[in-house]
Amino acid sequence: MENIAEYIKEGRQEEWRVELRKAMKAKERTSIERVHMIEQDPHIRNKNILEVNQGITEEMAIVESHRCLDCVEPTCTIGCPVGIDIPKFIKKIEARDFLGAAAALKETNTLPAVCGRVCPQEKQCELNCFYTQKLDKPPIAIGHLERFAADYERNSGKMNIPKVATPNGVKIAIVGSGPAGLAAAGDLAKLGYDVTVFEALHEIGGVLKYGIPEFRLPNEIVDVEIENMRKMGVKFRTDFIVGKTASFEDLREQGFEAFFVGSGAGLPNFMNIPGENYNGIYSSNEYLTRVNLMKAANNGYDTPVLIGKKVAVIGGGNTAMDSVRTSKRLGAERSIIIYRRSIEEMPARVEEVHHAQQEDIEFLNLHNPVEYFSDERGRVNKMRLQKMTLGDPDASGRRRPVPLEGAEFDVDVDLVIVAVGVSPNPIVPSSLKDLKMTDWGTIVVNKETMQSSISDIFAGGDIVRGGATVILAMGDGRRAAAGIHKYVAEKVTVK
Amino acid sequence: MSKIVEKVFFSENVAKFVLEAPDIARSRKAGHFVIIRLDENGERIPLTIADGDLKKGTITLVVQKVGVTSARLLDMNPGDEILDVVGPLGHATHIENYGTVLCAGGGVGVAPLMPIVKALKAAGNRIITVLAGRTKELIILEDEMRKYSDELIIMTDDGSHGKKGLVTAGMEEMIQKEKIHKAVVIGPAIMMKFGSLTTKKYNIPTEVSLNTIMVDGTGMCGACRVSIGGKTKFVCVDGPEFDAFQVNWDEMLLRMGAYKVEEREAYEKYLSTLETERA
Ligand SMILES: Cc1cc2nc3c(=O)[nH]c(=O)nc-3n(C[C@H](O)[C@H](O)[C@H](O)COP(=O)(O)OP(=O)(O)OC[C@H]3O[C@@H](n4cnc5c(N)ncnc54)[C@H](O)[C@@H]3O)c2cc1C
Ligand SMILES: Cc1cc2nc3c(=O)[nH]c(=O)nc-3n(C[C@H](O)[C@H](O)[C@H](O)COP(=O)(O)OP(=O)(O)OC[C@H]3O[C@@H](n4cnc5c(N)ncnc54)[C@H](O)[C@@H]3O)c2cc1C
Ligand code: SF4
Ligand code: SF4
Ligand code: FES
Repeated sequence: MENIAEYIKEGRQEEWRVELRKAMKAKERTSIERVHMIEQDPHIRNKNILEVNQGITEEMAIVESHRCLDCVEPTCTIGCPVGIDIPKFIKKIEARDFLGAAAALKETNTLPAVCGRVCPQEKQCELNCFYTQKLDKPPIAIGHLERFAADYERNSGKMNIPKVATPNGVKIAIVGSGPAGLAAAGDLAKLGYDVTVFEALHEIGGVLKYGIPEFRLPNEIVDVEIENMRKMGVKFRTDFIVGKTASFEDLREQGFEAFFVGSGAGLPNFMNIPGENYNGIYSSNEYLTRVNLMKAANNGYDTPVLIGKKVAVIGGGNTAMDSVRTSKRLGAERSIIIYRRSIEEMPARVEEVHHAQQEDIEFLNLHNPVEYFSDERGRVNKMRLQKMTLGDPDASGRRRPVPLEGAEFDVDVDLVIVAVGVSPNPIVPSSLKDLKMTDWGTIVVNKETMQSSISDIFAGGDIVRGGATVILAMGDGRRAAAGIHKYVAEKVTVK
Repeated sequence: MSKIVEKVFFSENVAKFVLEAPDIARSRKAGHFVIIRLDENGERIPLTIADGDLKKGTITLVVQKVGVTSARLLDMNPGDEILDVVGPLGHATHIENYGTVLCAGGGVGVAPLMPIVKALKAAGNRIITVLAGRTKELIILEDEMRKYSDELIIMTDDGSHGKKGLVTAGMEEMIQKEKIHKAVVIGPAIMMKFGSLTTKKYNIPTEVSLNTIMVDGTGMCGACRVSIGGKTKFVCVDGPEFDAFQVNWDEMLLRMGAYKVEEREAYEKYLSTLETERA
């Protein structure tokens, strides 16, 4: 990783970068105001499924790129889990070389159009930008610019398909087609491996498809990337559950030399409170899967979904925000977030919370459900809420929510969506007796190579981290690809 | 994609399908199920693997028409393709030599019961089978079941075949006759509930195979959840078979009715499109 810093520094000395730096004074750059994303009107968008963020124009992107100081120590890059050369891609935009900017992004990030949209930038790259750290000004809009460059490339029709090394004939299996699996597959294909991605569901993309809604990440964007991977020779097999449809042993016999497991954290948690199994109480995974993957709300599709007028969503993460905003779009009169801590402590991306507020989502912070009630047919019609207050900090450093004795009241609801986290998917671990696991059901790996306790099995993403982020999953996938490459090379010399 | 290679009607509303699915045929065991999706607009529904042929690479499903998806499937024919078939899902049935096993199947529940009976027989058990249905037409797989059973009786609500009476009456009769060590009851939820109340009276350990509503079948959504011994379990990954005495039947019955209105509307719409097509 230390040579990344070297590489980033060297790039800064290239003539065109030096020229650009000279072209505008730092003071002038820092006086430019941060770009504003073009958004659909909140009261129109909360009735449609079109993307909320409409992107920024070329001119806006160029103005924003001028703000970036091309720092000697670009601290922003430290905040990016895959170490994107952020100043390089931004300066390419300033030089109006948008395709060059996209190429710079793709040196380390296989899915920039996705990350530009869903990364929690305010906790990663943008948090570490010189503007945030030293100038106390809004950071460079790194996410918006990343999205801009990636979208520009996609719309240009000149999408760059990475060069693939001469096929080496070594078969590698990828288990799961979420961001971790896709990133690993992409890198291994580039290295010349014969890669097959196995996916349990009927669609490729993992959470990017079944979880994150179209109004935040259109499926088309993911599909274009998958198409490119096909062009690089990656094979996809849907409806195939590794550990069920075929065992790891079966696949070894079919000649697969190594495995990357990116099976995600797909098991929804419930709170185990009375009445939680009444009809009309969904996990966020079920609700979002019905709507996004099965298109239950679209005309002509067979899968049903219950439509609520008074909807409560329990939780404060991205999943909760996606569910509550979906319920509004499906016609709810009231859509309420119920979260046991304060709004500042919600783990969701700041932008999503902000967008939800604009869309007339109600927030009941410092509240927690304790019981559900139903009508005679078993459909939820009421919930009991407990008021909470913040006590002393817990192990995570966040103040622990504690119940306010006696402060309970009832709210009428006809649909409840429980979004209180997920646990690792147990299918792979339960099919491999010798696989070393943590007490939380995640797979134990070597952090450098992502190798598990079984030498030909590597793992990454949510199955290793518990619920994490797209970019961390992709970082894991890439590291595992490097780990697999090394492992295969060593295995061949030993033979 | 899975091609339908054979279709046989057992009655007007129940048909057997043999599908090409070589990977699943290789790895499936008694008790496993698949999830299928007919086409792009289809829903995902669970169906038990009733049988399989390793050499031909096929699996057998037995399907009863109850709503849109099952009706559309029954309208499909050999040569047609099913877009998605995924499996085998769930835990395989635990098979051992218990001694004498009472196997009670109601309606299309006989289909999932068949591979279990076959496996129990192969493990050396004495098999006593009760097949039940409302009328003669609804009794399926009688010959196959007879082949693997040491004794078999048939119960119909209207007495049109076998004895007149409910499945529970047939079970009682067999329990009175000899010592039963284990029971397996599979059928509509209400039948499993009353069947297991019967075996409970005699303290016979009983397994049921739950047929909850499902979406993914891989533990990802929780649509299939039920309370087992007071704890929430996911039928698709923790089951589908459970100790009958631990199941919260009333909750399960309520949950199975979650989409009654939506399903009825969808079914009526489907029937009316068929009529306009035929007109
Ligand atoms: C609603 C929602 C919103 C989110 N929003 C954001 C966001 O805005 N920003 C962000 O950074 N992160 C977000 N996340 C988190 C992020 O999506 C995950 O951290 C990320 O997708 C994890 O990637 P993964 O590749 O590890 O697993 P997943 O994306 O979960 O993919 C795993 C795939 O493996 C398949 N699979 C599982 N077992 C098997 C098997 N045995 N055989 C074959 N296939 C198998 C699954 O079907 C699934 O498709 C969100 C998550 C959700 C649910
Ligand atoms: C593990 C498992 C194995 C199964 N195996 C088989 C099988 O081998 N053969 C088979 O025919 N069916 C089987 N089922 C049931 C089957 O999945 C449903 O009948 C099917 O989903 C109905 O879909 P539909 O669209 O045709 O009807 P829907 O429109 O979904 O339902 C129509 C009506 O049928 C009722 N209904 C819904 N689901 C069920 C159910 N599970 N049992 C009884 N009534 C129901 C509903 O209350 C509704 O009123 C199994 C279910 C599970 C969970
Ligand atoms: S991938 Fe994410 S963290 Fe990295 S630069 Fe892009 S938006 Fe920032
Ligand atoms: S820290 Fe901010 S200003 Fe400096 S190079 Fe990175 S994005 Fe540009
Ligand atoms: S069907 Fe989704 S968890 Fe069981």
